[in-house]
Amino acid sequence: MDEQLTVSSSPHIRADDNTRSIMTDMLIALFFPLAVAFYFFGIRVLTLTCVSVLCCILFEYAYRKLLKKTRSIGDMSAAVTGVLLVSVLPPSTPYWMVALGAFFAVVVVKQLYGGLGKNFLNPALAARAFLGGVASLSSFAEPLLENRFDLFGSADAVAAATPLAGESLEKLYGGVTPFTWQDMFLGQIPGSIGEVSAALLLLGGLYLLIRKVITLRIPLAFIGTVALLTFLFPRGGVARLDFMVYNLLAGGLILGAVFMATDYSTSPVTPRGQWLFGIGCGLLTVFMRYFAAMPEGVCYSILLMNTVVWTLDKVGRPRRFGVRLFGKKKEGSGASRA
Amino acid sequence: MIHRFRGGTHPEDKKDATRHKPVETLPPPQKVVLPMSMHIGAPCEPVVRPEQEVFVGQLVADSAAQVSAPIHSPVSGKVLAIDQFPHPNGGKVKSVVIENDGRDIPHESVRPKGSAEALTPDQLLRIVREAGLVGLGGAAFPTHVKILSARGKCDTLILNAAECEPYITADHRLMLEAPEEVIGGLRALIKLLEPKRTVIAVESNKRDAAETLRRTLPGKTDIELVVLRTRYPQGAEKQLIKSITGREVPPGKLPADVRCAVFNAATAAALHRAVTTGMPLTRRIVTITGSAVANAKNLSVPIGTPIIDVFNATGGFREKPAKVLTGGPMMGVAQYDLTAPLVKSCNALLAFAEDDMPPSGGDICIRCGRCVRACPMNLLPVYMYMNERKNRLTELEALRLSDCIECGSCSFVCPGRLHLVHSFRTGKQKLRDRPTGSEVK
Repeated sequence: MDEQLTVSSSPHIRADDNTRSIMTDMLIALFFPLAVAFYFFGIRVLTLTCVSVLCCILFEYAYRKLLKKTRSIGDMSAAVTGVLLVSVLPPSTPYWMVALGAFFAVVVVKQLYGGLGKNFLNPALAARAFLGGVASLSSFAEPLLENRFDLFGSADAVAAATPLAGESLEKLYGGVTPFTWQDMFLGQIPGSIGEVSAALLLLGGLYLLIRKVITLRIPLAFIGTVALLTFLFPRGGVARLDFMVYNLLAGGLILGAVFMATDYSTSPVTPRGQWLFGIGCGLLTVFMRYFAAMPEGVCYSILLMNTVVWTLDKVGRPRRFGVRLFGKKKEGSGASRA
Repeated sequence: MIHRFRGGTHPEDKKDATRHKPVETLPPPQKVVLPMSMHIGAPCEPVVRPEQEVFVGQLVADSAAQVSAPIHSPVSGKVLAIDQFPHPNGGKVKSVVIENDGRDIPHESVRPKGSAEALTPDQLLRIVREAGLVGLGGAAFPTHVKILSARGKCDTLILNAAECEPYITADHRLMLEAPEEVIGGLRALIKLLEPKRTVIAVESNKRDAAETLRRTLPGKTDIELVVLRTRYPQGAEKQLIKSITGREVPPGKLPADVRCAVFNAATAAALHRAVTTGMPLTRRIVTITGSAVANAKNLSVPIGTPIIDVFNATGGFREKPAKVLTGGPMMGVAQYDLTAPLVKSCNALLAFAEDDMPPSGGDICIRCGRCVRACPMNLLPVYMYMNERKNRLTELEALRLSDCIECGSCSFVCPGRLHLVHSFRTGKQKLRDRPTGSEVK
């Protein structure tokens, strides 16, 4: 009689959030820094973003269609990858490179490993590193800077390689940082499209925190580690506080810490693993800035940490319920049989 | 000091439909079906024959096993059949079917046993067993076995009135309308267990119930009332003990191993009635609600009443139900045959309309880690799921699948809508089915 009743395993209710709503939140949060980039770099930011997003969606759709897999563009993750990719590229990047980057990010890094949630490298950052190789880049300088001006050639902001540490800082600027705190905070500095405005990046991060899309652990550990090390060991003859603020705001640190290092697929799920992941990213970033003179320190340190996520989750596994982490019997944990 | 358990979640409580509705009494139906298994432990064997005349409160089935609980008739009438009948937990179970003669004649064994103060602990324990009491919060563990395992070992007695599952208001109404029964049962439990500390634990969405209980208690009392934050699964035994005492029950151990004993508020009230009226457990309060129900109600229902009869007695369905549950939406069991009877552990009957069904499950984990944060047992559901899907049983065991209490928090918060708990149930079964000798030490 009741053959139309649904039988399924508990629980029978679900929270409202789903994959799509989370990805939409990511897009909303990324809107803030992109808006600033649009303001500073001009219309080219918009066209680059459109190319990047459309290419990501198209490649994901085509790949899954060709391999007869379920359609996945509805989850919006391809769109997020597109925006993240454009965020780490300079505004002067040629369109064909953006399209190539989108292909690498979506097809090679993401889909070949099984799609959403299965990739072990951050697609946008891996594509950024790949494009760097393609262009034989050691920095932002060539050839991305060749055609660095925006679509209509009106930008007064220039994306230039940002020396973040080491001797070049002293040589170039004689012991002071090249930008004021205020300019760096608001974003009136050269850099990749999405990284220039610390203020708006933090606003986007705050939105993600409020929406509980990310937790504070990774960004705080990442930024905190960099802050601590650069404050303790300033270089280039700059005052330590100036040097610290410069390192926090002038490069891709905030973008990396808030939007890249928190990428679900490529970061630990355990709370302790997340702290360790953030600290690791911070340490590597500082090392690369100090000893490798690479402006992409943030990008490479996150990619490197991506490869040890599973190990960090093993290390960071929560304490078993009812079993003390250290020591044996204490009040409450042990059995007392009278 | 109130402690906090880690993890958990906060589903919308949805209790408003029945929160303010007084408990109504459902008259016994024309026929009751009493499954021989309404508790954890050995099933009972009938002690009546077909055609035999039985009376209200008469023993119908019992077992000699240590862990079991006897079953009594909620009606007077005639035994119609002893046969396999649908059980709300699935499958068919040997059941005694009794036809109600409508006369409600009590059995001679049903007489007041005195007061808890006057009785000795051993007499009380015998009353608990003979009344067929089981944990009425949903677990249905025989109460006398729990008392036996806890006697002499407990310094803390906790009355569980958290009622953390959404929709359910059965215990809430009980505390509001019969606080003296709850307190009376608690007094009997105090006498049995002699704890140093006795705590009534209520969630913060039932402050009125806490207030009613406080007024019922004498001005000077050693019973503490603790209002806990509303967080699922606050009423799960291990989490409740953690909240009240800060102690954690070690894996595979019992509450008594951390010197605690936890009883449900409805169990205490049933114990009180067993002592003062002599009536064994033949009725319980059930919340009937959900989007497909015409009239949401709290009902005192004779145990053994077919589920469909309970729904019909409240006015039936507003629209065709797409899903019917016994118990709450987080841990309840979906029903496919509504002729199955209401059993002792069932605190709610929920019926959901089609458009109120949660979106169907997906299969893509985005590794967001929400399940890890939500797990109140400190497990890693994301990795457990992955290994269960790939049949990696050794890893599954190493991830302590056995610690999972199947509370549903991980599935609830999962944005990919994965069937996590279902996968863990399957995983536990796979581990049980594994050839012996292959366990990893």
